[in-house]
Amino acid sequence: MSDDLTKSQLGSLTYDAAPESASIAHLQPAYGLFINGEFTDPSSHQSFETLNPANETPLAHVALASHADVDRAVTAARTAYDTVWSKTSGAQRAKYLFRIARLIQERSRELAVVETLDNGKPIRESRDVDVPLAAAHFFYYAGWADKLDYAGYGVNPRPLGVAGQIIPWNFPLLMAAWKLAPALAAGNTCVLKPAETTPLSALLLAEILQQAQLPPGVVNILTGDGTSGAALVEHPDVNKIAFTGSTEVGRLIQERVASSRKHLTLELGGKGANIVFEDAPVDEMIEGIIDGIFFNQGHVCCAGSRLLVQESVADEVLRRLIRRVDQLRVGDPLDKNTDVGAINSAAQLARIQELSDFGEVEGATRYTSTCALPDRGYWFAPTVFADVSQSHRIAREEIFGPVLSVLTFRTPEEAVAKANNTNYGLACGVWSEKGSRTLWVAQRLRAGVIWANTYNKFDPTSPFGGVRESGFGREGGRHGLEAYLDV
Amino acid sequence: MGQVSTSPLRLVTSEDRGVQLPKTKSPLVIESEAQLRAFLSGLSGVDAVGAEARAAKLATRSLKKSTKLAALDLAISMVDLTTLEGADTPGRVRSLCAKAARPDARDLDVPHAAAVCVYPDLVGVAREALGASPVKVAAVATAFPSGRASMNVKLLDVREAIEAGADEIDMVIDRGAFLSGRVGQVFDEIVAVKEVCGLVHLKVILETGELVTYDNARKASWLAMLGGADFIKTSTGKVATSATLPHALVMVEAVRDFAETTGRLVGVKVAGGIRTSKDALRYLVVVNETVGSAWLTPDLFRFGASSLLNDLLMQRLKQSRGTYVRADEFSAD
Repeated sequence: MSDDLTKSQLGSLTYDAAPESASIAHLQPAYGLFINGEFTDPSSHQSFETLNPANETPLAHVALASHADVDRAVTAARTAYDTVWSKTSGAQRAKYLFRIARLIQERSRELAVVETLDNGKPIRESRDVDVPLAAAHFFYYAGWADKLDYAGYGVNPRPLGVAGQIIPWNFPLLMAAWKLAPALAAGNTCVLKPAETTPLSALLLAEILQQAQLPPGVVNILTGDGTSGAALVEHPDVNKIAFTGSTEVGRLIQERVASSRKHLTLELGGKGANIVFEDAPVDEMIEGIIDGIFFNQGHVCCAGSRLLVQESVADEVLRRLIRRVDQLRVGDPLDKNTDVGAINSAAQLARIQELSDFGEVEGATRYTSTCALPDRGYWFAPTVFADVSQSHRIAREEIFGPVLSVLTFRTPEEAVAKANNTNYGLACGVWSEKGSRTLWVAQRLRAGVIWANTYNKFDPTSPFGGVRESGFGREGGRHGLEAYLDV
Repeated sequence: MGQVSTSPLRLVTSEDRGVQLPKTKSPLVIESEAQLRAFLSGLSGVDAVGAEARAAKLATRSLKKSTKLAALDLAISMVDLTTLEGADTPGRVRSLCAKAARPDARDLDVPHAAAVCVYPDLVGVAREALGASPVKVAAVATAFPSGRASMNVKLLDVREAIEAGADEIDMVIDRGAFLSGRVGQVFDEIVAVKEVCGLVHLKVILETGELVTYDNARKASWLAMLGGADFIKTSTGKVATSATLPHALVMVEAVRDFAETTGRLVGVKVAGGIRTSKDALRYLVVVNETVGSAWLTPDLFRFGASSLLNDLLMQRLKQSRGTYVRADEFSAD
């Protein structure tokens, strides 16, 4: 009976549409490449369209950077490094970073709308998570710029030079901030390549860099596809490659960088385990599972995509979880009440569909939210698979979508063994009211980030990164500086 | 606890409220203090950071247009218009009753408030002033707000309020007894008061500001519901911290889980410090998204407030006119 009590009646105080205005974005019809402080035409005169994944309408044309453009950008970055940035004091660099942080805050509404239009994520998340965190990263690393002597890497640690930075489509602005802020604080110049499907917020950030009067060439932003990224990776005058994205591409990059003297950090995929013990704080744990897998449509490298739940409470947890999944409001990402937005691209949608279909074939029990989906755009209803085995593809491969695989365990040892039985090692969550057990489990998990009684919480002061096939190097905190210093 | 085991609790069922529920499990019957203590200890803990984050997230819901108008009307119909001052007079109570029965004299579409809430000695005045109006009379009893009196005094307080015509009793729990672990004593008091109340609605005030932790709020919620409360209420409004959104969330979760376990629907009243429509609508969102719209009725959710009503009226008028009017457009009661 308990299901019927609330499930059927939840949300019958239906909310009228509360959309944020798309016109706040002030998008231009076409964007050039941001090289040496100016927007310039690509040498090939090639461009591509970026779409709103929520309705498949084109948002703008952006330039496609060729080898020649990458060379121009790296040259600009090298010149800026040699003539300006390496001679700029830490206090002066901090001044620019503080300025950028403040400008992000001033233009936060515009940035949030652009991010939501281009990525498909709910405006609530871009407004309350992506944009404030991006500003926070600039503020945080602004504080380090004149204190590098005290970062624990010896006196007067040197920057690396020119950093090539390639970022993914899941948190476009935030990932740009994670890359640029520590690199600039440490004294490097940058060539940043945003993802093919989400270039717009980085271009808006380029406008902000102009507004902040950052010296030309210190940051260059090149839109393009995989070939543009490959050209950047292979450019001989780049000292450092920082990449966030898939393990597959990360492996290619590592191969190509291996024969060079380039420094490399990789932040790759994951298959995070959210471990629920029977004494977990039940209501907050359910919310944590929801946040862990449905935040940003599950397009999160550290997503808690495997739920490991103690067998004694598995039925109860699943019952509450499915009730909550049914409540998620899926739809127009610009609506302030939307919980789950659009899948970022047709290709990603196809991948999610393929793996989910495979989950059924493999014999897992599928539960899909009964929510209505819009007719146009790329959509996938929140989905939970119960009765999943360790050997199922949906328990092993990163789906990168709103799909949760539920497995059970009986003892803490079994929980740890199952959680670690993956090629990845980015993040895990532990839910228990018993601190000693939480610590026991956390010490044995092979993952870069362990959350206790929470999930998907980020802070610029806290290092983030993985082990094994989830990559190496840390972003955030004092540790994040190491990736951009010659130490 | 002997008294308790021999007289099983009278449970108000979902049918009493006209809410359709599938056949329920057997009601929980508390037979000893040890059993009660074990039961309360077995309740899931509340992670404070998570509960506050959840409440804050729900507070970002945006109610627009017809949703907002409907929610404002709903909130008006859920107000227990309250005056609990030493300086209360029959004249003030009569004025409050008039306001509760017809909150906006110019607009008859505005729903009446749920109840007026007064001290027991003014129940008769309120009863007479309200006449045939559907507005209920609620009395705070059991040595409100501290609850520091003997059991006989508390029960007499309740009895007199009911004899004077109270439809609802707002009792306080003995927070001292709860905090020192004497949960059986708190339980017995609630049971005894409920027995005196009979069909009169009993709201049990937990005073979450004095219980402090969310774990305590959850335990006290269950304790009150097991004891026979028809409503659980956050606060007296007489201590520094009154209703908060996370405390209300924890209590609404308790009400939901209690209904799932026993089939009995218990209401929630938030009281103290809720002055703006914005705050009130946030509570409605918490209810809607935690326990469902079955609770979005004055039978199962109330606001204990005074100045809130005028703000609700002002926002209501703003929704239809598009502009705000002066505060003095509404009677100050």
